[in-house]
Amino acid sequence: MRHSTRRGLTVTSVAAIAAIALSACTAPATDTSTDSGDFEPITDISLQLQWLPQAQFAGYYVALDQGYFEEEGFDNVDIIPSGGDIVPQDALVAGDVDFAVAWVPKVLGTLEATGAELTDIAQVYQKSGTLQVSFKGDGLTDVADFEGKRIGSWGFGNEWEIFAAMAADGLDASSVSITTQDFSMNALLDGDVDAAQAMTYNEWAQILEVVNPTTGKLYQPEDFDVVSYEDTDGAMLQDAIWADTARLDDPAYADAAVRFLKAVTKGWIFARDNPEEAASITYNAAINAEAAFPVGPVHQTWQMNEVNKLIWAGGDFGVIDASAWSKTIKGALAAVNQDGINLITGEPATSAYSNKYIETALAELADEGVVVDGEYAPIDVVLTEGGQ
Amino acid sequence: MTRQRAAIAWGVLGVVAIMVIWEVYKFLGPAEGFVVGAITGQTGSGVMLLPRTNDRAMPHIWEMVARLFQSTSGGDTPPLIVPVVTAGLLTLGIAAVGWLIGVSVGALLGLVMQRWRLAEWGLLPWIVVSQTVPLIAFAPIVNSIGTQIDRGGTPWPQWLSVALIASYLAFFPVAVGVLRGLEAPDRIHLDLMRTYAAGYWPTLLRLRLPAAVPHLLPALRLAAASAVVGAVVAEVSIGMRGGIGRMLIQLAGQGSSDPAAPWGPTFGSIALGLVAAGSVALIGFGLKNYRRGEATA
Repeated sequence: MRHSTRRGLTVTSVAAIAAIALSACTAPATDTSTDSGDFEPITDISLQLQWLPQAQFAGYYVALDQGYFEEEGFDNVDIIPSGGDIVPQDALVAGDVDFAVAWVPKVLGTLEATGAELTDIAQVYQKSGTLQVSFKGDGLTDVADFEGKRIGSWGFGNEWEIFAAMAADGLDASSVSITTQDFSMNALLDGDVDAAQAMTYNEWAQILEVVNPTTGKLYQPEDFDVVSYEDTDGAMLQDAIWADTARLDDPAYADAAVRFLKAVTKGWIFARDNPEEAASITYNAAINAEAAFPVGPVHQTWQMNEVNKLIWAGGDFGVIDASAWSKTIKGALAAVNQDGINLITGEPATSAYSNKYIETALAELADEGVVVDGEYAPIDVVLTEGGQ
Repeated sequence: MTRQRAAIAWGVLGVVAIMVIWEVYKFLGPAEGFVVGAITGQTGSGVMLLPRTNDRAMPHIWEMVARLFQSTSGGDTPPLIVPVVTAGLLTLGIAAVGWLIGVSVGALLGLVMQRWRLAEWGLLPWIVVSQTVPLIAFAPIVNSIGTQIDRGGTPWPQWLSVALIASYLAFFPVAVGVLRGLEAPDRIHLDLMRTYAAGYWPTLLRLRLPAAVPHLLPALRLAAASAVVGAVVAEVSIGMRGGIGRMLIQLAGQGSSDPAAPWGPTFGSIALGLVAAGSVALIGFGLKNYRRGEATA
């Protein structure tokens, strides 16, 4: 009797493990919409982001939340976050998504390496948000001061502005010690690097959410020297909306691109005029997204504020500035990383960007009475410890 | 019964000892660590012998525990422990799949190696060598092979890559354990079976398998622990979201301003290893009759 109880227990425990195993087998459903040939308007589209939901992508989440996509005739818009597992331009090339948000230099590298063709149809961020942050008094106020110093960089294609800026100053990885840092700012705070890479809208806030042990209060911007790559020759265009070049010949896809850009423009305009509300819409999307773990609401408001500064540079929303584009190309051609590898060795195809779609979208919006340019009036965001 | 109580007491004592050591070192140790061979003016030079004890590197234990019950991302998000448990269960499920695959493959390899000496000579060195391949190099390869298969029809789910990588670690102790276990019976018992004219299968079922149990159970426990480690590392290196490994990395990215947060998933993965090894112990409970002279894992 006791024997059979034990055997029963063995069977149950094996069954329990098998049950847990099977319960893990429910894969998340992934479906991508495809158009149906003739000029039947596309109603289902998907957008691949380059990171997890945060205010960096507020415009898209606002457009979803405020029904702007529906106004432009989309029934279903799938915004797909990435945790580093999905490379947006690769997903777009593979046809898994219809549009993707990605940094220009990263995509240029992919296009040259794979021979694929993608088109930048809207340059959401007009300015670069990358900084190199060091403690005040260490004398790193300019890229030229990097010489002989230990400079932190993230890698994963986020590092090219550093190398482009260094190349313009005649520096390379033999005269500057480049070290990989993680996405926290501990490397700078612990003195493992002389200057750490940071985005104005994320890591820069993170460091200002840390208590300064000497004052007992949060670190202040005055405690640091900041090199903004936007002010250097290394500045490169960042968040852009990419479309599949070959598919743009399909009138249905081209039409969807214009309507998509109209909705997105309205989303970003909302974010410009209501930064706090837009930040909270995005924060709500983020906390309900699967395993996103965003930083708290105050941090999102800071991010929204900083992102708006990068988007609204005075001109029309999303139009690719030819001089900024060629500056990016020039920097990308000059940049050589610590392994001696070039980002790109030749000019990208002329199809790599087109203002046709965003200009059509903006003209249609202007007809509808929407103001598509303008300056952003920054708000004051007071950071709190931990950003909660 | 008293032995059981003693075991629990020792277990608790061990945890308390670690906590005391942590806090004592944090109190006495150098805040910025102890570095030898540093060259002045050259950041990052030298070798750090003693780790840093500042609050970013080593939060107080009570802060780490309190963080578990504070909201995950501010606002009215659930306390950190909720996503830790959810993520932990997902990883546990994947590790269990990996464990099942690993145990099946390992047991099969063990059987084959015991049956044919030539197979043992040919396979065993490779099995040992297989464990020296670094997991972080191996994981992306498995995943990219998987996604290439995907283009055919049913997509290859990411968790399956993670499970496969977990099984890659899990099969090793089982293969070796089964081989040693099946070879455990005394010569005299094998000879007895031969005098009964018992063939391979009856000998396997009635003699070798029962004799293998004491070797098998520690192997299964090791496999369970390895499967959890494999699943956590694989999640991180292929970037699969939802599991505890990825959660750890994501929270570590916010670690400057919220240093206690990454410890939540860290504790979660410790708990995971314990649960996994504990579930396997249940199997052992059912096989108690065969557990004479069990080898320690």
